[in-house]
Amino acid sequence: MSNTNNFQSTPVQNAGLNPTDYEVRSLDAMCVNESELKHPWWYNFKYTAVGLIFGLAFVKAEIVSWFRIQEMFRLQSFHMYGVIGTGVVLGALSVYLIKKFKVKTIYGEAIEFHPKKFNRGQIYGGLIFGFGWAMTGACPGPLFAQIGTGAMAVGVIILSAIAGTWTYGYLRDKLPH
Amino acid sequence: MSNVIIFADTNHTIVMESLSQPWPWWAAGIIIGLTVPALLILGNKHFGLSANLRHACAAFIPANIKFFQYDWKKEAWNLFFVLGIVGGAVIASTVLADPNPVKVAPELAAELQTYGITDYSSMIPTQLVSWESLFSLRGFVMLVLGGFLVGFGTRYAGGCTSGHAIMGLSNLQIPSLIATISFMAGGFIMANLLLPFLMRL
Repeated sequence: MSNTNNFQSTPVQNAGLNPTDYEVRSLDAMCVNESELKHPWWYNFKYTAVGLIFGLAFVKAEIVSWFRIQEMFRLQSFHMYGVIGTGVVLGALSVYLIKKFKVKTIYGEAIEFHPKKFNRGQIYGGLIFGFGWAMTGACPGPLFAQIGTGAMAVGVIILSAIAGTWTYGYLRDKLPH
Repeated sequence: MSNVIIFADTNHTIVMESLSQPWPWWAAGIIIGLTVPALLILGNKHFGLSANLRHACAAFIPANIKFFQYDWKKEAWNLFFVLGIVGGAVIASTVLADPNPVKVAPELAAELQTYGITDYSSMIPTQLVSWESLFSLRGFVMLVLGGFLVGFGTRYAGGCTSGHAIMGLSNLQIPSLIATISFMAGGFIMANLLLPFLMRL
């Protein structure tokens, strides 16, 4: 049984197969777990370990700072451009090496990449996201980290973001893509 | 012997002190960049954080909406990842807390002064992001509307800064480049043209 067959049997793909719907995969930068391996739930704690380092960096390098985001959008500081730029360069180099040397996961599975398809949502949604990003001074990753710094009022922003995501899901078929 | 202990202790203090200082941009860039291969190699996982907002909808309020009808438990790894981010943030703001006020560009400080943002004790300005502020018109608009736009926009765009700007660009995806440019354009418009009004509400 190939990975592809397994993937097509997932509910996510079923939603995408509906001709009236947009391809869920291409529209969403969401991981669709194709692994056929069945692990106990606590195996997921290895991602918690990665998140721990990630969250540490997010706070210590002031990526969670509302002020840093304001500086970025006013071209008053190089900081955030340096962070994102370094991240992209290293990420791209990693992806290139993984592809070139066909690096496998620690469980021996092939690492897969999925091309994204263009749709106008990336522009409209992107602009809307940008508005919110400059207002709250945080994108989704930093929002979660801000909670960890004890700024509990950020919970309101996260609940609003969940409401926004839900509203998008509700209106999805009516929105231009 | 006691000399050695004192030396080790001083060393430890030096390390803790330098870790408590704000980290340079390249340190965060390296960690964020390496998160991409780490997640891929640990289990074929593609870096992207806004998907968790969707999983929250799928888990708690699917409401028969097709977009939320999927097995979110298969994506539980991402929720565990977020758990780690929160934990890392707790460590960063307790054991590695930096007691000094946040440094910002003087031009920004001058502008924020006109909005009454003068408290630099936290990276998240308490004069804007706090329960008190939430009950003012400005606070309500900035937090509730701002959060809504983040959640709506990210899903409409098919990802956020992590999924598009980091993961998508790392995989050289043109749609992610378009999304990233749109994120930045939206941010520039909001920060420079609209915030001067919203911040005076």
